[in-house]
Amino acid sequence: MQPDPIFNEFVLKFGTVNGSGSASANLLCAKALFRMGIPVSAKNIFPSNIQGLPTWYEIRVSEAGHTARRDGVDVMVAMNPQSYKRDTAEVVAGGLLIYDSTFERDFGREDINIVGIPIARICAEHWTDTRQRQLFKNLLYVGALIELIGLDAAVVEDLIAQQFHAKPMLVEPNHKALHLGRDYVRENIDIRAEVRARPANGTKNKIIMSGNEAAGLGALYAGATVATWYPITPSTSLVENYERHATKFRRNEDGTLNAAIIQAEDELAAVGMAIGASWNGARSFTATSGPGISLMAEFIGLAYFAEIPLVLFNVQRGGPSTGMPTRTQQSDILTCAYASHGDTLHIMLLPGDPGECFTMSVDAFDLADRYQTPVFVMSDLDIGMNDWVIDALEWDDSRQPDRGKVLDAAALDEVEEFARYRDVDGDGIPYRTYPGTHPEKGAFFTRGTSHNDSGGYTEDGRIHAENLHRIKRKIDGATERLPAPAIDIRSDLSRIAIVNFGATDLAVREGLELLDEAGQTLNHMRLRAFPFAAAVNEFADRHDYLFVIEQNRDSQMRHLLLAEAGIEPSKLIAVPNIDGMPLTATFVRDAVLDALRTLPEYKDALTPRISAE
Amino acid sequence: MTHILKPQFRHPKLRTNALGLTRRDYEGVISTLCAGCGHDSVTAALVEACFDMELPAHRVAKMSGIGCSSKTTNYFLNRSHGFNSVHGRMPSIATGANLANRDLVYLGVSGDGDTASIGLGQFCHAVRRRVNMLYICENNGTYGLTKGQFSATNDRASKNRRGMETPFDSIDLCNMAIELGAGFVARAFSGDKAQLVPLIKAGLHYRGFALIDVISPCVTFNNHTTSTKSYDYVRDHNHMVGRLDLVPEREEITAEYEPGTSADVTLHDGAQMKLSKLDESYDPTDMETALPVLERYKKRGEIATGVLYIDDREQDLHDLIGTTNQPLNEVPADALCPGSSALDAINDAHR
Repeated sequence: MQPDPIFNEFVLKFGTVNGSGSASANLLCAKALFRMGIPVSAKNIFPSNIQGLPTWYEIRVSEAGHTARRDGVDVMVAMNPQSYKRDTAEVVAGGLLIYDSTFERDFGREDINIVGIPIARICAEHWTDTRQRQLFKNLLYVGALIELIGLDAAVVEDLIAQQFHAKPMLVEPNHKALHLGRDYVRENIDIRAEVRARPANGTKNKIIMSGNEAAGLGALYAGATVATWYPITPSTSLVENYERHATKFRRNEDGTLNAAIIQAEDELAAVGMAIGASWNGARSFTATSGPGISLMAEFIGLAYFAEIPLVLFNVQRGGPSTGMPTRTQQSDILTCAYASHGDTLHIMLLPGDPGECFTMSVDAFDLADRYQTPVFVMSDLDIGMNDWVIDALEWDDSRQPDRGKVLDAAALDEVEEFARYRDVDGDGIPYRTYPGTHPEKGAFFTRGTSHNDSGGYTEDGRIHAENLHRIKRKIDGATERLPAPAIDIRSDLSRIAIVNFGATDLAVREGLELLDEAGQTLNHMRLRAFPFAAAVNEFADRHDYLFVIEQNRDSQMRHLLLAEAGIEPSKLIAVPNIDGMPLTATFVRDAVLDALRTLPEYKDALTPRISAE
Repeated sequence: MTHILKPQFRHPKLRTNALGLTRRDYEGVISTLCAGCGHDSVTAALVEACFDMELPAHRVAKMSGIGCSSKTTNYFLNRSHGFNSVHGRMPSIATGANLANRDLVYLGVSGDGDTASIGLGQFCHAVRRRVNMLYICENNGTYGLTKGQFSATNDRASKNRRGMETPFDSIDLCNMAIELGAGFVARAFSGDKAQLVPLIKAGLHYRGFALIDVISPCVTFNNHTTSTKSYDYVRDHNHMVGRLDLVPEREEITAEYEPGTSADVTLHDGAQMKLSKLDESYDPTDMETALPVLERYKKRGEIATGVLYIDDREQDLHDLIGTTNQPLNEVPADALCPGSSALDAINDAHR
């Protein structure tokens, strides 16, 4: 007799071999659950490799809306002989494991339900082509899930029909494979999972999208016309998505394109082209990851000092050096905040999910134009490459791009004397012109060497200092125009709070609920931009301790809070995480409780941790 | 050292061109290069070519990298926007600028350090992409601003002032550009303005990537008797493979050419290039025969000058990637943003 099922709260994980075609079957499952109305998140945990190595796909299903990654697997599809032992170990007691019983396996677990389906044998009986035999294995385990966890067969069939609408011949064999899996379980297996999926109403007006697609769409909507890039995981799909949508929405009747996309020879050229295009009045961008930022550093300093708008997407991965190219981190914070030699300080936007990748992408272009400076959109692998359930994207058709202080020919006629770097309005932001605007006025010389207010070369230390101070003043003036921190005062009485940013937010919000259960109510501030707005200091002032949760070793955001917001060091408790995996709520709870135990005011109120984890 | 503006005074009888501009209107600030520097002659040739061509100066964008040569973009066309970028990276800046506005004239001035060493990769890829620009390399075989180190175009036989030889062969930018797809490749000597000015004009007319490798002696660090890039050496070993006359479209062609000794190329804008051969074996429209001849000159220690290669297809980057004919920086925002209804459809595809 099985216990009562738990509905719509579970983790489903697939352990497969990369290059075997499992990715699309796994996405099919995630989308089917989403279409059943249940919030999901899908994490692709993949190797830096094309074919033959273990890869995993984790789906968190949560009608309550907790879609951060969670440890412990309720249903494991263990299709990879290389990894099945470790996959088996991850299954929670009472969980279910599905494997291909064509081959004998010893799992060594008595406390989980093991379902063997002779997947390879069934495929061999029905198909002769080896590639087909391989591909349909994936559909077979999806079919098994219809019976085992209650995946809606009609929804899956619809998705398959949609996927192959351009190749209708493929629909029938895919459906056949799906049904073979379903029917095998129906006829031969008595066990069902303790966790079940059932239709819900939790995805109204939601979509499922990756951050890289959303950011690419943002660039399209912002009117970016020049995209120059060099392929690097995990940023590659950002420009590819921009290109895919641009070739559709920017195509003229004569077949030409209102966009230019150049795959450069390296990141140096990629950012150089973006700067050249922006200097010349087109909205342009580049997308990269940590190693690319290192290569771009010299040019970023030029854009900062010569005051050229520049939008860079940094989809962060594990560093340093080549690091963990297919794992997530937030470890380029300091590198980007102060990118390039000499005195610099850059605007960073910190999207927390793909929805914000879209809005902040659009904002980044306005900010870069307004402040004539590089703007970093600091995404990461988790946001960028994984599919998230987010609110449907919205666009206000009355929104026009803010191109900042640009003088056209008519405006130049009105100007007595044009000086490119003169602070006319007292806000540190000078006026710019595009080449070719006016036959007599507005030309200037752009240089990375020190310059006076008309762009002429200077070695006069006083002028150099004035110029650098003006640029600092200009950037400081941007702080209140950047996305404001998201502040959640969960208790007026609480003197402790979590500070985080980016992809960790779902885990932090779920972790705050776990901390409530543990008797600790914390407030919460999610940073959304750097340099920091005054609200950041106000939040710090009302708390005794801020737990700064971030995915890097050296607590880089904490450094910025110390150095740039001037928050007392003793107040800022570092909570680093660097395993390269998306954060979990239990990590948040345990790390905060551990940290609290070190604080005299709190340690007595807390029971010692009795855990064998 | 700050920059020195030229006095505004001008003679009332200075000749003007059809735009009503004098030669002085095509000049820039005063050069701070060494007296006798070859680069200043190139600057003078550029001023003359642009004045003669009646170029609206504000429609020219001057691009450069870092080095003595790159500084010169400040010494001409002060009505043009200039961009003195970072070392070796002018090609990417020029490529991006060109992507944003295909209607301007892009004039890149760079040196052998920029082009053949730190920026060799960017140079090659700008050539390969056929960026529509004239790229002038002021080639003196030495690093001037850092006081006389060998550059990658320094010939192996050419000793520096202290009598040292480089153990490495030189890079020939022209040969490389021809192989990589540059449509217009020429070599010139800064000391021969009569040859250089028409080459600059043709390079500016040409649509696609045009390279002029100008041997431009460094009087301070590489003009000694054992240098192959000194004034004396280049004068003695200059071997013109052909003479170029450029005839703008509207002018009637009056010059007479010996039959069989000239090749005519009509450029996209109607201008005609009259190429009279001085070397019978040399055909600048045929890459297969041109390259071996250039190699022969090089082996003999001679410097082949003139138009070395011309491809009359005149393809540029925008042709290759299919960009709109309108400059991208002029496409109105409404034409770029797909709007809310398209976004609704995109949302629907993600459910």
